[in-house]
Amino acid sequence: MPAVDETVERVKEIDVDKYKYGFTTDIESVKAPKGNEDIVRFISAKKDEPEWLLEWRLEAYRRWRTMREPTWAKVHYPKIDFEDLYYYAAPKSTEGPKSLAEVDPELLATYEKLGIPLKEQEVLAGVQGAPKVAVDAVFDSVSVVTTFREELAKAGVIFCSISEAVREHPELVKKYLGSVVPVTDNFYATLNSAVFSDGSFVYVPEGVRCPMELSTYFRINAENTGQFERTLIIADKGAYVSYLEGCTAPMRDENQLHAAVVELVALEDAEIKYSTVQNWYPGDAEGKGGVYNFVTKRGDCRGDRSKISWTQVETGSAITWKYPSCILRGHGSRGEFYSIAISNGYQQVDSGTKMIHLGRDTSSRIISKGIAAGYSDNTYRGLVSAHRKATNARNFTCCDSLLIGDKCGAHTIPYIEAKNASATFEHEATTSKISDDQLFYCLSRGLSEEEAVALIVNGFVRDVLQQLPMEFMAETQKLIGISLEGSVG
Amino acid sequence: MLEIKNLHATVDGREILKGLDLTVPAGEVHAIMGPNGSGKSTLSYVLAGKEDYEVTDGTITWKGENLLDMDPEERAAAGVFLAFQYPMEIPGVATMTFLRSAVNAVRKARGQEEFSTPDFLRIVKEKAKLLKIDMAMLRRPLNVGFSGGEKKRNEILQMSLLEPDLCILDETDSGLDIDALRIVSEGVNALRSPERSMLVITHYQRLLNYIVPDRVHVLSKGRVARSGGPELALELEKSGYADYGQDEASAA
Ligand SMILES: Nc1ncnc2c1ncn2[C@@H]1O[C@H](COP(=O)(O)OP(=O)(O)O)[C@@H](O)[C@H]1O
Ligand SMILES: [Mg+2]
Repeated sequence: MPAVDETVERVKEIDVDKYKYGFTTDIESVKAPKGNEDIVRFISAKKDEPEWLLEWRLEAYRRWRTMREPTWAKVHYPKIDFEDLYYYAAPKSTEGPKSLAEVDPELLATYEKLGIPLKEQEVLAGVQGAPKVAVDAVFDSVSVVTTFREELAKAGVIFCSISEAVREHPELVKKYLGSVVPVTDNFYATLNSAVFSDGSFVYVPEGVRCPMELSTYFRINAENTGQFERTLIIADKGAYVSYLEGCTAPMRDENQLHAAVVELVALEDAEIKYSTVQNWYPGDAEGKGGVYNFVTKRGDCRGDRSKISWTQVETGSAITWKYPSCILRGHGSRGEFYSIAISNGYQQVDSGTKMIHLGRDTSSRIISKGIAAGYSDNTYRGLVSAHRKATNARNFTCCDSLLIGDKCGAHTIPYIEAKNASATFEHEATTSKISDDQLFYCLSRGLSEEEAVALIVNGFVRDVLQQLPMEFMAETQKLIGISLEGSVG
Repeated sequence: MLEIKNLHATVDGREILKGLDLTVPAGEVHAIMGPNGSGKSTLSYVLAGKEDYEVTDGTITWKGENLLDMDPEERAAAGVFLAFQYPMEIPGVATMTFLRSAVNAVRKARGQEEFSTPDFLRIVKEKAKLLKIDMAMLRRPLNVGFSGGEKKRNEILQMSLLEPDLCILDETDSGLDIDALRIVSEGVNALRSPERSMLVITHYQRLLNYIVPDRVHVLSKGRVARSGGPELALELEKSGYADYGQDEASAA
């Protein structure tokens, strides 16, 4: 069919300039030595860390040396030389900026290009009643600035970089770090534990509803560098917080490694809503370059009636290996996973979630929308399990895949384990294609092919889009259009 | 003015249109009638530029330009509009969003300014009212779960919003009850104007009581077998299409 041939043509044309965040920034940086335990000591010393944390890292490092890279995911890539990787790069001039004024102007210019409202004044100067968003900006390995801190502090909310939290709130960090994703969890998480550089820390005290959206923007800039952020969010009893993570990286021929760990802890009656818009560089038309994203994200519904909800929009990265999960430990706790995963060109996505029902009357909901175009591969991999004691566990899973063209693949791999007979697990799955008739209908109304595809795809993912904080919905809709540019003919 | 000369078109390697000639001057409404499978929908798809419909011979000139050189979205911008016999469903896309995207795309291509949100809302409300479409329907996903009548009224709403000057209506009357038929016909008649040409495709004479054509053409075996004034439709109503033969592999 002509539509298909043309699709193939168009996909070949996907151009690196379509990735609009592909600029690099010239900033002098300090890098850690490669290859041995000194990396860990170097990083820890750079950050003036207490002894206990250095020990924690070293233990992780030694453990990691004995581990092997996992190979079960449906992704293929050349072997990564972990000996020849920089594990830490920091913008030289930004070691501990006290205020925006001290931040390298080049850095600020970078964030401006990304459209991140770092300057509170600008946000405040915006439309009256416009929602405020507090931002923690992480550049390569270091958190450069966090906004709206005073206003948050008034509410008792701690929002800062994790390095700062280690200094200012060691008791909280010590208590929760590694309590959801243990040091020994998996190859990448263990590596992260050894060499994590920075990331965000959030603590919302008992009974507090965080007064604004919290947001972290991660950007990888330096060459040949792995980025290992560590994020830790704790919602104390009855607290509520909504957090958004955004990511970009410049265009590089070599692949950049990204192996973050995110831990969420929700105590009794608390709720955490964690949203991600992942737009790392996906590689060029031939599949060269792009970010390898090997991320461990897990939430622990530790208290009764607590709730954790993950929403992700995955459009970037050459390889995505990511399973944000919920441990439903508290009785009556609830986990949710809403996902949009778009792959185009030669991208490979293996993503999904795990819902581990441990407590009584726990419930979970999974809505996954995978869109595959070009030569990409898009796999949903999910586990829903009910423990012996998880009486009345309930899950609803719906996995829809949409194919654009006939050179791409979509796969759904659900694992279900119920050790308690009262569990009710429902699973629905569909695979569809954008039909030529639908496309023609749109074209005959004056829409271009790209507009038509973006419109149809945005309709397909609507249920999930609606889960995103309002502030990010319009931006995300546009991003979906951009990611699919050149996907259809 | 639309001028079709010696049009031959194939679908899946099978010739459906076999030397069709037709001229529709500006301001006129021409009806195309004919038995099932005679190629009426094929003609409408060829005019709108559907890609599986291959033109093997002949020409189509629209306002002095070669229509066959244009992509479907360029034809839309050039004023060609097809009200589909079977409008497509697009899940998850609110009808209103679709209307707005289409109108803005066409306006942009015509060098007109995009409508502001309040302006657009006002215009849609106005036009929807004429077609007795309530705003709740426009918040539903495009054509999903719409009744036959709702789908056809939605087509005419799109037609009035996109302000085309070649309107092709493919069996817009099929599946409509008498009230809906009247509403739709009034909507179409309101769009008649000296600049606009219309091609009204129908199997039945009934519609032509409401939309009175200037000329009637009978399509048979991929060609115009006969042309005449409105009285030709009445004649067909009596005699049926027997004289024109049911086409070999007829389809609705
Ligand atoms: N996509 C297609 N593939 C093959 N044959 C088709 C296709 N579309 C239409 N046809 C055939 O073309 C002929 C004309 O169809 P159509 O234009 O739909 O007729 P009408 O609208 O007058 O009923 C029929 O014989 C039909 O079976
Ligand atoms: Mg037909």
